[in-house]
Amino acid sequence: MSDRKITIYTADSCLFSPALGLRGMFSDLVSGRELAWQLAVRDIRGQYRQAFFGMLWALIMPLASAITWIFLSASGIVALGETTVSYPFYAFTGTMLWTIFMEALNAPLQQVNGSRSLLTKLNFPREALILSGVYQVCFNASIKFALMLGALLMTGITPGWGLMLLPFALVALILVGTAIGLLITPVGVLYGDVGRVVPMLMQFVMFLTPVVFPIPKAGLAGALFRINPLTPLVHNARALLAGLPLLALDYYLAVMSVAVILLLLGWIIYRLAMPILIERMSA
Amino acid sequence: MPDTLVKVEGVSKKFCRSLKRSLWYGLQDLGSEIVGHRHGDMDSLRPDEFWAVRNVSFELKRGECLGLVGRNGAGKTTLLRMLNGLIKPDAGRIEMHGRLGALIALGAGFNPILTGRENIYINASVLGLSKREVNEKIDEIIDFAELGEFIDTPVQNYSSGMQVRLGFAVATTLQTDVLLLDEVLAVGDVAFRSKCFDRIGKLINRCAVIFVSHDQTQISRICDFCLYLRDGVPQAFGQAYDVLSEYSKKNLKPAVSRSVVLHPTVTKFVCKPAVTHIHWGEMLHFVIEVDCSEDFKSGLALLALHDSEIPVAQAEFTQILNNSPKKNHEISVKLGPLHLKAGDYGLAVTILSENKKSTIIHAINCAIIHVKGRNGYGVCYQMPCSF
Repeated sequence: MSDRKITIYTADSCLFSPALGLRGMFSDLVSGRELAWQLAVRDIRGQYRQAFFGMLWALIMPLASAITWIFLSASGIVALGETTVSYPFYAFTGTMLWTIFMEALNAPLQQVNGSRSLLTKLNFPREALILSGVYQVCFNASIKFALMLGALLMTGITPGWGLMLLPFALVALILVGTAIGLLITPVGVLYGDVGRVVPMLMQFVMFLTPVVFPIPKAGLAGALFRINPLTPLVHNARALLAGLPLLALDYYLAVMSVAVILLLLGWIIYRLAMPILIERMSA
Repeated sequence: MPDTLVKVEGVSKKFCRSLKRSLWYGLQDLGSEIVGHRHGDMDSLRPDEFWAVRNVSFELKRGECLGLVGRNGAGKTTLLRMLNGLIKPDAGRIEMHGRLGALIALGAGFNPILTGRENIYINASVLGLSKREVNEKIDEIIDFAELGEFIDTPVQNYSSGMQVRLGFAVATTLQTDVLLLDEVLAVGDVAFRSKCFDRIGKLINRCAVIFVSHDQTQISRICDFCLYLRDGVPQAFGQAYDVLSEYSKKNLKPAVSRSVVLHPTVTKFVCKPAVTHIHWGEMLHFVIEVDCSEDFKSGLALLALHDSEIPVAQAEFTQILNNSPKKNHEISVKLGPLHLKAGDYGLAVTILSENKKSTIIHAINCAIIHVKGRNGYGVCYQMPCSF
C-alpha cells in the first residue's frame, strides 16, 4: 500500500514544482498512449465505416484538390512560373504535403473541441487527445505517401536515395504543424475566433509557400518565400521525392529545432491550461 | 486498518455568471498560470463572480461513504469535479490516495457506429483500464450487461437501456480506492437495478465513496456521513441521519417553499389542520375549503404528503367533490392512520379540472405535519407489525 499514488490538487500553478510537473507530463504521456490509440482507431473506423466508398475517401479528397490546380494551370486561368518537374506533379505533391501540414495543425484544437463532453466529466491523461490526433494525421499521411509514390511512378522520374528520407520530411511537417496547433489550442478552446482566423491566415500563407506556385526568382515575393519557414519544409519534402537538390538546409534544420522547442512549450501550456479551459467549457 | 484516502482542506471555487467575462477571466487565469502565479487571487471576487464552493473540509477513510446533499446549484457537482481533478480549486488543498474512479458519465466516449465490443475497449480505456485488464474481464462485462449476441451490433442500434447497461458494466469493472458517484447507482429496468445495487454494494465496501444524490432514502442507506451544502457553503456535517433531518427541516420551511397556484375562478382556498404535531399511527384531521365563482367538477383531486420533494403518501378525494357540483366546498378530512417515520412532511392539495388538462388548485406545503415516534430508517412508510 505504500506505493499508492497520491494526487494533490491546490490553487498553485504547477510551475511551482517543475520536477513534479515534468514527471507528470511524461508519465501521463506513457499512460495515455493506449487511450490515444483506442481513440484514433475509434475515429478512423467511425469515419469510414458509415461511407459506401469507405477508405477510398482518404484517396478521393486529396486527389480532387490537386486536380483543381492542375486544371487551373492547364487551362491558363492561372499563369505560373516554370517548374523543374512537370506542373501536375508539382501541384499534386504540393497539395498533398500542404494537406498533411494543415491536418497536423488543425488536429489538436479539433480533438479537444470534439472531446468536450469527455473532458468535462472524466479525468484521463489529456495528452491522449493530442497523441490521438497525431496518430490520425500519421495514418492519413501514410496514405498520401503512397499516393505520392504512385504519382512518382507515373511521371517516370527516377528517384534518388533521398526517397528514403522522405518519411522524415513528412514527420518534420507533422511536427511543425502539431507544434503550432498545440500552441493555439488553449486560446482556441476559449474563443471561437481562433478557429475562424487560422484557416483564413493559412490560406494566405499557402500562396507564400511552394505548394502550387513555384518559388519566384526575385522581388518581394521571392524574399517572402525565402523567409517563410514552411518553404523549406514543403520544398525539401518534394525535392527528396523527386531527387532534386535540397534548399536552405541550415534554415530547414533550424525550423525543426525551433518546432521541437515550441512543441514542448505548447505541451506545458496545454497541461497548465486544461483545468482552466474545462472550467469555462461548462460554465 | 482503515487509512485516510481523501483529505479536503478549506477548498473553495469561484465561478462567473457572465459568459463573456468568464472567457476573459479564463484568458487572464491562463496568463497568470503560465507565469507561475497562484490560480486567481485567494479571497477576492472579480465582478460577476460568486463562490460556487466555499471553504469545504472533510476526511474520508477506506470503507466510509460521504453523502453530499443540497438543492440544485449548491455546488455538489462542482466539488465532485474538483475531487476528480477536472478543475482546480481556487483555494485550499485536496489530497487523494490511490486510484480514482467515477460513475458519472456512463458510456463516455462511445462511438455509435462501432460495435458494443469495440466500444467496451474505448470506454474502458477512457476510464483508465488497460487492454489487458479488459481482455480478462470482457466476458464478465458482456455477461453483466446482458447483451448476448447484440455485443457485435453497432451501439446506435441499442436501446437506451442497453447502452447504459453496457456503460455501467464497464465503469464498475474498475477497481478503485476512491469512488465518486453522481446520482448514478443503478440503471435499466427493475430486474437490472437490483443487480446494480448488488454490484455497487460490493464496490463501496472496498473504497472511500463520495455520493451525490437527491434521493434521501438512498443516501441514508449507503452513507455514513453527510455534508449539506447551501450556495456552496457547508451548513452541516456529521452523521448521515442528523444532517439529512437538518436538510429536510431547512427545505420544508413553509415560508420558503410554500407555493399555491389557483385557477382564476377560485376565490378562496383554505387548508388548515387543527393539529400539526402527531405521533406515528395517529389520524390527521383537517378541513379543506374551496370557493369558486362557478360550479366545477373535478377529474382528479389528490391529497399528498411530501418528504422534501418526493411524495410519500397520497389519497384521492375526487368522489366527494363531484357528488354534488357546487361553488362552495367544505370538506372535512380524516387522513390516516399515518404510519410514517419521524420527520416533517409537507401537505399538498391538487385539484384538476374535469378533463385533467388544467389546474384548479395546486398547493404545495400548505401545512407542515410533524410526525414523532419511530426514528425510521429508509422508506417513509413504516408498517405496523406484531410478532
